[in-house]
Amino acid sequence: METAEKLNETQLDLTKLDKMFEDFEEGNESLLIPLLQAAQELYGYLSVPVLERIAKYLHIPLSRVYGVATFFAQFRFKPTGRNIVRICRGTACHVRGSKNIQEALERALKIKAGDVTPDLKFGLETVACLGTCFLAPVMMINESYYGKLTTKKMQDILKQY
Amino acid sequence: MEKLKKPDDLEALRKSLIEAYDLNKTRVRICMTGCRAYGAIEIRDALKAELEKLGLTDKIEVVETGCHGFCAVAPVMVVEPQGIFYHSMKVEDVPEIVSETLVKGNIIDRLVYESPITGEKFPYEKDVPFYKDQVKVVFRNCGKINPRDIMEYIARDGYSAMAKSYFSMKPEEVIETVKASGLRGRGGAGFPAGMKWGFARAAKGDKKYIICNADEGDPGAFMDRAVLEGDPHTVLEGMLIAAYAIGADEAYIYVRAEYPIAVEHVKLAVKQAEELGLLGDNILGSGVSLQIHVKEGAGAFVCGEETALMASIEGRRGMPNMRPPFPANSGLWKKPTNINNVETFANVAPIILKGAEWYASMGTERSKGTKAFALAGKVNHTGLIEVPMGITLRKIVFDIGGGIPDGKEFKAVQIGGPSGGCLPSQHLDVPIDYDSLVAAGAIVGSGGMIVMDEETCMVDTARYFMNFVQSESCGKCVPCRVGTRRMLEILTRITEGKGKESDFDVLAEIAASVKVSSLCALGQTAPNPVLSTIRYFRDEYESHITDSCCTAHVCTELFEFRIDAEKCTGCGLCKKNCPQECISGDRRKPHEIDPELCIKCGVCFEVCPFDAVLKTHEHLYKKRLSAVEAL
Repeated sequence: METAEKLNETQLDLTKLDKMFEDFEEGNESLLIPLLQAAQELYGYLSVPVLERIAKYLHIPLSRVYGVATFFAQFRFKPTGRNIVRICRGTACHVRGSKNIQEALERALKIKAGDVTPDLKFGLETVACLGTCFLAPVMMINESYYGKLTTKKMQDILKQY
Repeated sequence: MEKLKKPDDLEALRKSLIEAYDLNKTRVRICMTGCRAYGAIEIRDALKAELEKLGLTDKIEVVETGCHGFCAVAPVMVVEPQGIFYHSMKVEDVPEIVSETLVKGNIIDRLVYESPITGEKFPYEKDVPFYKDQVKVVFRNCGKINPRDIMEYIARDGYSAMAKSYFSMKPEEVIETVKASGLRGRGGAGFPAGMKWGFARAAKGDKKYIICNADEGDPGAFMDRAVLEGDPHTVLEGMLIAAYAIGADEAYIYVRAEYPIAVEHVKLAVKQAEELGLLGDNILGSGVSLQIHVKEGAGAFVCGEETALMASIEGRRGMPNMRPPFPANSGLWKKPTNINNVETFANVAPIILKGAEWYASMGTERSKGTKAFALAGKVNHTGLIEVPMGITLRKIVFDIGGGIPDGKEFKAVQIGGPSGGCLPSQHLDVPIDYDSLVAAGAIVGSGGMIVMDEETCMVDTARYFMNFVQSESCGKCVPCRVGTRRMLEILTRITEGKGKESDFDVLAEIAASVKVSSLCALGQTAPNPVLSTIRYFRDEYESHITDSCCTAHVCTELFEFRIDAEKCTGCGLCKKNCPQECISGDRRKPHEIDPELCIKCGVCFEVCPFDAVLKTHEHLYKKRLSAVEAL
């Protein structure tokens, strides 16, 4: 994990940011969240050098950029897995046993929600509600939905990746 | 397409669209939003390929629509002009659907909806019980039109309410009409929309904003998502009318990034409306201008609160501010701002077009019109519904919702998400409106409705919501930040069997302070799920506290898995799947679970083909009882 992070950090190609900045007005601080979203889209996560560049571009202190980035659940600060597993923890899923599924996922992947497997194959996240309550309990892997889960079904699905 | 320059251009376009529309043509309306999760894309592709193969693409049209509402039986399609309703289709069914139904008009029996209770079959959409009691205003176009094509919206009276307001009504008349309709804010608080518009109109300032709150964050609610995905133009039209009424020329739609299809459809709708001149400068020559920006939320529940939402648009942390000043006077960038939720805006065009009396004729004395609800949880027909205000919960759960699955017993309905409450069976006949629900200890809220059965633990439910609010609390004010944490600790303790009789009083005391002293509605309403569950399900709390039992078998510390030796055939499936390897037993002999090692993951319960694995609290109860007696 540690090494994977460092590796990614040194490989960061900050020149990609210049191209990204072209779509955003310099010094317009209301663009902070869209910029953070675009940067995360670009690199998969937000790193200190990226946050520094954004602060400079918007003419605001780094502390504010960091404050906003850490406030919102969407932003992550370490590289995630190649496959992102998101388990829904909405009410409908909860009453249909999503807590069990989450625990089973954590056992199967040997990581806690919010972490990444050492081989970077899977990242496990929870999400407040996917808005697909008719599929409860449901998880998403990348862009695909998997509904009406049982722990057994979940294990079979993981094997497909 | 050239820009429309005057209202007559719009009418001429509509006329030409209607004339070109052949009512008798065979059309397949297929949901391409929620149903995607059940393979709707593959079915559409197969359908198009089959039509191509048979050379029928000119005669038969595939309309890719938004949500039809009946998500429980996804994927769904409707064949027109007959109105035949099919569900749960597979790609393999497609050739037969084409040859039998689309070409010959025959109904395929196995794809027809069958009532899980009576076994009666309903081949036509209009007869299906799920749809029969619904009245669709907000969802009038959802599932009917292709949301990616503005022409389909225009053909169905689209933007005519806007033109009517711009050219034949004064802004004050628009506000009066919305006031007279009785429309109340659909985001949760239920504040009269017309009054809100009036405040923003009266506010001094040459620059005003409109914001559409599409940050639908309540877990278990997806009405706004369906509107944005299935009929985005109705939201834009509502905003355009509001902008005229209050005198705004710039607007934002703040939509959750977790709704990628909604974001895509809204952006597309804005682009198409701009291209036609229905959005932008000097719309239809009226002198009214409006620019709409789409902002994606970054995942913070508190941003559903209007002042927090505005902070986030301004590029700051989404933390609420003290009110007053209200946004109507000092909102976005300290300018007068009017914020309404998606569903509120979606109601506006029909109100302007059909009149306030029409809208006010639906609903109850103080809650007019219809309300969309997301029906989910332990109910047969999960999905999206729209019903007149004043309908009873019983009608929703048992008629539209088709009752509780697997013959289980109804326990409660949770309404209003983390700000709402749980209503037990004695409230099934309460009419659903803003005031009766508050009196009963819940709220209409944004419209999430989660049905719970005997297997749902109410203490765990309270803990679930408290955990949600606690982690979403922005931390700005102490009552919410600390109070929710303390309440969560107490509830967690109770679910672990470590509750104390005094916990009731402590919870009530903290709840009272959090309610009155929190800065925003997130904190002010956070205690509601706890208070309503204590009010109606105190016995469940007591059995957790005094007997250390969770009768619903949810709280893992308070029940055990055991194997019924009489039912167990010794097949070994549970043993094979147990992640703890804590099940023992010889082949063809009854197995046993070691309760000391068991982590209660429930895999054995799930895989046993003979229902021999049981959840029980009796043994624990007896064990504790004898421990007490020994003392």
